[in-house]
Amino acid sequence: MAVSGVLLVLFLIVHMAGNLHVFEGREEMNAYAHGLRTFGEPLLPHESLLWVLRIGLIAAAAVHIWSAVVLTRRALAARPVRYASKKPAKGESRHAVATMRWGAAVVFLFIIWHLLDLTFRTVNPVKDVPDAYGAVVATFSPERWPVTVFYLLALFALYFHLRHGIWSAVQTISGPDTKWRKRTQAIGLAVALIVVLGFAIVPISVTFGLVS
Amino acid sequence: MKLSLRIWRQPDAQAEGKMVSYEIDEVSEDASFLEMLDVLNERLIGEGEDPVAFDHDCREGICGACSLVIDGQPHGPQAATTTCQLHMRKFKDGDKIDIEPWRAGAFPVIKDLVVDRSAFDRIIQAGGYISAPTGTAPDAHAVPIPKQDADAAFSAAACIGCGACVAACPNGSGMLFMGAKVAHLGLMPQGQPERHTRVLGMVAAHDDAGFGGCTNTGECAAACPKEIGLDVIGKLNRDFRKAAIRAA
Repeated sequence: MAVSGVLLVLFLIVHMAGNLHVFEGREEMNAYAHGLRTFGEPLLPHESLLWVLRIGLIAAAAVHIWSAVVLTRRALAARPVRYASKKPAKGESRHAVATMRWGAAVVFLFIIWHLLDLTFRTVNPVKDVPDAYGAVVATFSPERWPVTVFYLLALFALYFHLRHGIWSAVQTISGPDTKWRKRTQAIGLAVALIVVLGFAIVPISVTFGLVS
Repeated sequence: MKLSLRIWRQPDAQAEGKMVSYEIDEVSEDASFLEMLDVLNERLIGEGEDPVAFDHDCREGICGACSLVIDGQPHGPQAATTTCQLHMRKFKDGDKIDIEPWRAGAFPVIKDLVVDRSAFDRIIQAGGYISAPTGTAPDAHAVPIPKQDADAAFSAAACIGCGACVAACPNGSGMLFMGAKVAHLGLMPQGQPERHTRVLGMVAAHDDAGFGGCTNTGECAAACPKEIGLDVIGKLNRDFRKAAIRAA
C-alpha cells in the first residue's frame, strides 16, 4: 500500500507539473506531449519512456488496489458486529476515516473517464492524438461543464486521499518519531494542496476562458 | 440525576444480543460510571432480573480490566481516562447513554459487556517478554540506560492492555497495543536479544487472532486511556521491516 502509493504520488507530481504547459500555449503544450513520446530517440525506441511509465503505473495501481481490498476485507472481518452508536472520528487522521475508501472509488471512476477522455479520446471531441492542447480545451469547454465539475469532484476526493496517504505511507515505511510524524503530516497536507490546486487550475482556466 | 441507558444484553457467547433500555434515577454525580452500573445491578437483582455483566477489577485506572464503549467511545467521552475513573459529573440530567462491549471478532462477547481478550495474551506469549536470568536483583546502575530511552520506554509501558485501541479502530486493529510492547521492550537493553523474533511473532499472532490491518487513522491513540502515541506504531513498523528483511 505504502510503496505503491509513493510511486503513484510521484507520478501525480510529474503529471501535474507537465499539465501546466497548457498555459504556454498550443505549440509548447503539444511539443511537450511530443517530447514525452520521442524521449530518448533515436537511441531508444518510440514511446519507450511512456511505456516504462505506463507499465510502472499499471503495476503500482494494481498493487495499491489489491492492498486496499485485502485491508478492507480484513477490517470487515475484524468487526463482525457493528456499534449501535457512532461518534465522529477524533484521531490524528480523522478526515481519513470517512473519505479514504469512498474517495478511492471516486478517483478510480475518474481515472477510467480520464483515460477515455484524454488518452484514448473515446469521449473527447478532438480525436487527433498529437493535439493534446486541443483535447484539453475541448473537454473543459463551458458547454461541457459537467466534465469540469466531475474533474473537480475527483480532485476533492484526491485531496483527502493524498493528505492522509502521504503521511500514512511514511509512517508505514520509516516509522518516524512524534516530531517527524507531525512534520510528515504537514508535508502531506502541503503536497496534497499543491498537487490538487495545480491540477484544478487547468480545467478552471479553460472553463472560464482564460485558456482557449 | 436521571438517565436513560441502552445497554447491550447478551446471555452468553452463542446467543443473539440486543440493546435493552433502562431508566435510572437519583444517580449521584460523584459516582463513577461503574458505581452507577452497580446501583442499576442492585436494583435488577432486587427485581429478580439478571444483572448486567461487565469487567472491572482495581477501579483505579491501572489494571486494564474495565472496558465499555460509552456513546460510541471506548472508555467514554473523557480523554485519558478509563471507564472506572469516569465520573457521572461528565453527564447531564436526562442524558441518553449507550453502553456496548468492545466490538472485535478477536474479542468475542462472553456475556453482556464482557469480552474475551485472551487474543492479547496470545500476542504477548508470541513475543511480548524478555529472557532474564533469575536470582538477586542486579544493581540499578549496572546497566546504564539513557534517560530519554527510559522515559520513552516507560510511556509505552503505561499500556494496561485494555483493548480500547482495538475497540476504537475502524479496522479493528491491535497495532497500538503491539506497538506499545515493541517500543517498551525494544528501547531497553534487556529487550534486545528477542527484538527481531518478538516483532515477527507478535504480528503473526495478531493476524492469526483476526485483528484488522492498520491504516494510520489515529483513532486508537485518541481513545487510549494511557495516551500512548502513534510513534509506537512507527517503532513497530521499523522493527518489523528490519526483522522481515533479516528473516528473508
